[in-house]
Amino acid sequence: MNNQQNSCGCKPGKYIITAGGPVKRVSSVFTAQDRWGALKVRIDINRNNYRVTPGLYALNNPDETSPVFISANYKLSFDVLRKSLAGINGWILVLDTKGINVWCAAGKGTFGTEELIKQIKQAELADVVNHKQVIVPQLGAPGVAAHTVKAATGFSVVYGPVRAADLPAFLAAGNKADTAMRKVQFTLRDRFVLTPMEFVGAIRFMAIFFGILLAIQIIRGWNDPFSAVLFSSLISFIPYAGAFITATILFPLLLPILPGRAFALKGWILGLLWAGVYSGLYYLSAGTIEWQPLLPVILIAPALVAFITLNFTGASTYTSLSGVVKEMQYAVPAVIIAAICGAVSLILGQFVFA
Amino acid sequence: MQLTYLKNVTTLQYNEERCTGCRMCTMVCPHGVFIMENKKAQITNKDQCMECGACMKNCAWDAIQVKAGVGCAAAIIWGRIRGTEPVCGCGDDSSSGNSSSCCG
Ligand code: SF4
Ligand code: SF4
Repeated sequence: MNNQQNSCGCKPGKYIITAGGPVKRVSSVFTAQDRWGALKVRIDINRNNYRVTPGLYALNNPDETSPVFISANYKLSFDVLRKSLAGINGWILVLDTKGINVWCAAGKGTFGTEELIKQIKQAELADVVNHKQVIVPQLGAPGVAAHTVKAATGFSVVYGPVRAADLPAFLAAGNKADTAMRKVQFTLRDRFVLTPMEFVGAIRFMAIFFGILLAIQIIRGWNDPFSAVLFSSLISFIPYAGAFITATILFPLLLPILPGRAFALKGWILGLLWAGVYSGLYYLSAGTIEWQPLLPVILIAPALVAFITLNFTGASTYTSLSGVVKEMQYAVPAVIIAAICGAVSLILGQFVFA
Repeated sequence: MQLTYLKNVTTLQYNEERCTGCRMCTMVCPHGVFIMENKKAQITNKDQCMECGACMKNCAWDAIQVKAGVGCAAAIIWGRIRGTEPVCGCGDDSSSGNSSSCCG
């Protein structure tokens, strides 16, 4: 509890005295430092340090009649909440979700009934406010049984809107969310903000690919200078680098307009398109079509895209466990077969029929 | 644009007889699967269900059953490898091997 002072990094950081004891005060104002921190979390730097100490916080200038908002101790969740509540006085009760956002933590149960009951009791919430209501983000509902919380603490759970940005409208309507506020979306913007992380996540995978191509060129050009070997490796890496970009950046953006419903199928089609574009470019620059350089690309690149996009199910907001299991039954064997055929054609093309 | 995933796969089951009309399921479902009709909940578009389990968890009368889980391929693969249920392993202290990005 000693590090409570700086754990959320948000000013003004004074204390408010309540019947339940002193409570740290935070503000809705978002600083440049907050913005920089948010960017770092998005691209996965120092993610584990981005936690807020669990417990009760006073937002702006609340009193005993002010609403109580429940949050996760993932800094981004907490920040989005306090930023959305500009000009609103309230209490924020932060659950210990091990630094994970509300949705994911609810799935695991760490944002859950027991933790909520525990924090309500620990904060002596009944002494801080004179009402019996807590506003839980709707995306926390998979972990929270409202009736159990009520039975254990006397506080009734009201589910807030999916997006914190709708909270002012929700409060203005007397704690009611309309159907649009209750629905999860997956807009172009939502998908766009995921692309940097998708790309960064694929870098390790890309390095392995480049390593394999480099090894092939080293064996082929045993007596050649290393600069020439490196150059030919880079040239042969172009179609796969393109496949990585296609899968991590183009796919999320184009998701709704790609044919099919299964992610791997959508990805495979997009990968084939890229392989087609690459073959066209190859023809334009080389003036001929040869199977040695192109067949491995046509086999491997779409399978690679499909495998990465299959994993994008985890980042999407509408895929179900049963659905992903079903598509994997087809997609995983297809990817493996295509990859093996591609590898065989690559080796034959480079060493046997070169 | 309404995105829909695979058809006829969800494990969602609803027993209307147990429903008391409390409306909770219509409030927690992130895909508007339940609506109220004649003071009872009704399933409208089943294929929108992502098996998050929120409706089951918040139905105090056990009218809803669903095998809840994460629709995340990486979680399923890691679950198979470790022999556990598929859980979203993102942002964990230890398991950085799982780069599933479901914690955007
Ligand atoms: S939560 Fe259960 S009881 Fe309440 S409306 Fe839905 S199905 Fe009926
Ligand atoms: S499991 Fe989730 S998505 Fe499916 S009906 Fe229930 S609340 Fe809606």
